[in-house]
Amino acid sequence: MQFNSFSDFINMGSYGFYVWLSYGAAAVILTFLLIKSKSGHLHTMKQIAKRKHREDKLREARELRKKQSHNKAETSTEQSSTQTSTVTSTPTNKALNEVTE
Amino acid sequence: MWKFLHPYANPETTYHFTNKLLPWLTALAALFLSIGLVWALLFAPADYQQGDSFRIFYVHVPAASLSMGIYVSMAIAALCSLVWQLKLADASAAAMAPVGAAFTAIALITGAAWGKPMWGTWWIWDARLTSELILLFLYLGVIALHNAFEDKNLAGKAAGILTLVGVINIPIIKYSVDWWNTLHQGSTVSKLGKPSMSLDMLWPFIFCFIGFALLAGVIICLRFRNEILARNSIRPWVRQLVEKQLA
Repeated sequence: MQFNSFSDFINMGSYGFYVWLSYGAAAVILTFLLIKSKSGHLHTMKQIAKRKHREDKLREARELRKKQSHNKAETSTEQSSTQTSTVTSTPTNKALNEVTE
Repeated sequence: MWKFLHPYANPETTYHFTNKLLPWLTALAALFLSIGLVWALLFAPADYQQGDSFRIFYVHVPAASLSMGIYVSMAIAALCSLVWQLKLADASAAAMAPVGAAFTAIALITGAAWGKPMWGTWWIWDARLTSELILLFLYLGVIALHNAFEDKNLAGKAAGILTLVGVINIPIIKYSVDWWNTLHQGSTVSKLGKPSMSLDMLWPFIFCFIGFALLAGVIICLRFRNEILARNSIRPWVRQLVEKQLA
């Protein structure tokens, strides 16, 4: 043991400020990076889950639209395409709006 | 030859291997760092000229060596990625950059805090200090390039080229103390043959160095597995893993 008392240890032979600045800076930087990197794992997973959720919704909407246009084609074959596009409050559009938010 | 490495080209295998490696690395890093730092701060003798300010050495030198060592590893990974198109090499280079930048920053800060009482100045534009500062900017440039593109393959290519060009800075840092007149002292530890340091100062240094290197390994592994997940986010195994973990 190189120091006789705790205050001696903190004082570091009058170099205390510089020594503790060095050790403190290293500790702060490394701890910050360690915690950030560790929590990044959960963050990345949540990000991926969110993406999957979005993709699922898009797929649902696409399937719904396909089914709808299929139904329309069956019920009114002579209707023009301009009329189908004016329909605004179909479940397809609602689902798509949710997705694009 | 080296066939045993082939399965690790598969991201899933490597992800699970990294996960298995992490607790061991963490335990070893904690062990070496606690022994090394307690030894360095409490039991190592004070320097006959520099007194207790010499204890900064035990953080400064490992940080500075690691800042260069991590850069070289990053450059090797970048080369592998550019030449052989190994996607995991890109991920590892991206994982290493922030860690290297952190150690470079620590080397600069502790160097300034050591320079003030010993040289009478926090900073001086001499060869060793300036080239180390350039290393920090290289790291920051590599990190910025990795984040600048949505397409991670393109980002890896751009960052890889900058990394390889920047390698020229490493020998400049290493030999700056021999090539130019500088305030910075020459190397004491890595002198070939025998280090010019007494053993009761050298041993705590060896523990600190291994400890910091292991800690760097821990952080790189933590970042590496995040990179693997993010880059393979559309793969079924990642989807399954996420579902299982978040459930």
